Amino acid sequence: MSDTAEELFRRLLEKDRRAAARLITMVENGQPEAREALRLLHRHSGRAHIVGLTGSPGSGKSTLTCRLAQHYRSLDRSVGIICVDPTSPFTGGALLGDRVRMQELSGDPEVFIRSMGSRGALGGLSVATNDVINILDAFGKDYIIVETVGAGQVEIEIVKFAQTCIVVTMPGAGDEIQAIKAGILEIGDIFVVNKADREGALRTLSDLEMMVETRPVREEPTWTPPVMSCIALEGTGVEELAGAIDDHWVYLRQSGMLEQKIIGRMRAEMLEILNLKVTRAAGAVIDSEGRGQDIIKRMVGRELDPHSAADEMAGLLAERELDVR
Amino acid sequence: MDKKTRVFLCKPGLDGHDRGVLIVGQALRDAGMEVIYSGLKQTPENVVEAAIQEDVDVVGVSLLSGAHMALVPRITTLLRENGAEDMLVLVGGVIPPDDARVLECEHGVARVFGPGSDTREIVSYIEDWRESR
Ligand SMILES: Nc1nc2c(ncn2[C@@H]2O[C@H](COP(=O)(O)OP(=O)(O)O)[C@@H](O)[C@H]2O)c(=O)[nH]1
Ligand SMILES: [Mg+2]
Repeated sequence: MSDTAEELFRRLLEKDRRAAARLITMVENGQPEAREALRLLHRHSGRAHIVGLTGSPGSGKSTLTCRLAQHYRSLDRSVGIICVDPTSPFTGGALLGDRVRMQELSGDPEVFIRSMGSRGALGGLSVATNDVINILDAFGKDYIIVETVGAGQVEIEIVKFAQTCIVVTMPGAGDEIQAIKAGILEIGDIFVVNKADREGALRTLSDLEMMVETRPVREEPTWTPPVMSCIALEGTGVEELAGAIDDHWVYLRQSGMLEQKIIGRMRAEMLEILNLKVTRAAGAVIDSEGRGQDIIKRMVGRELDPHSAADEMAGLLAERELDVR
Repeated sequence: MDKKTRVFLCKPGLDGHDRGVLIVGQALRDAGMEVIYSGLKQTPENVVEAAIQEDVDVVGVSLLSGAHMALVPRITTLLRENGAEDMLVLVGGVIPPDDARVLECEHGVARVFGPGSDTREIVSYIEDWRESR
């Protein structure tokens, strides 16, 4: 099988799912050959509605993703799903079980599901996830759902790139609601209390409504995030959720926010990549040059504070006229 | 570059136990691999479609139901038809030795691991295979 970037790109546009799968692997591995394919396919992406889904483990994100995808399929829309789960920082391995809750989708060639381990660095993951979104977008998926565990900064970084961000929680745990801290409350466009069949659902719903109403906002809000309840297991509330997602899309387009979001995403994407490159280049200078080592040594000896050290390092990079590409 | 070995663990057929396959999954994860688990009661068609989408290196098939002689050859045939014969196919579960030989010699299975297999044996088998490529 031919695996050159051009060949994979051509096959991707012909809807060859093996090519899509292989390209995603190359991106995840950080293989340089993927670059050329990403360059070629960029022009063909930008049509999908990217939906982020985040929330604590066990809240029912995968089950809900499955139901949403089934709903879209009933309307003959195609769906790409990216499930990101944590990689063990100690072993580098991961057990990715989201497919278990998406069995009803398996066998449908119009649904492409990819499980990703979060692997290495913070910036690296959001760059890789973005590349994967772009691949599925160019692959022709109408909706791309990105599921992440809403635990930390990394996940927020990822869902931030979605055009519509859904925050999922469940009843019972008062701590659950507490866990929806400011960061995540700000990024949510739609809030879902899943497992509404469980005791305490109404209470959780009203608690959450109150938190959403009083959440800190930067500008005068023109979109009021709906707070909805679902029973993903039975499919209850899924149509309403899909309706809210479409409403949000219409809002984004009519208010001009969509363009703002796209500009913001492109900017962040580029800065993230640049950040990785600069860090890598600086690291190489430190490891290979006496003066780089010397900066660290003087820091250790308490002669040089970290801020001054970073300035000195920046000076060193400028002196070298370092090309970080 | 950060190439990881990706393994798809699946349970085709009708048996309803996944303790064994999950223990294997944990061992592979702890050895630094990315393990994708399918859940119970998969058809061969679904297994192959998922393995392709996930672009795995290894497909691990766990079977306790006794239907291995029907399901496993179907999976390897479908993999071949989809141009995915380069994936390593391993089988685990209750498989009589004669059947195991037939699966290994005639149906593209690299290795059958019986019920008493040590997970370390499975880990090192995959690691050795990966290294030899
Ligand atoms: N009672 C109830 N259980 C649910 C519901 N939705 C999902 N679950 C169960 O919650 C567990 C976790 O679901 P999963 O989708 O894997 O959650 P995730 O970790 O957020 O992706 C599974 O056992 C699901 O069957 C629901 O609406 N009601
Ligand atoms: Mg999940």
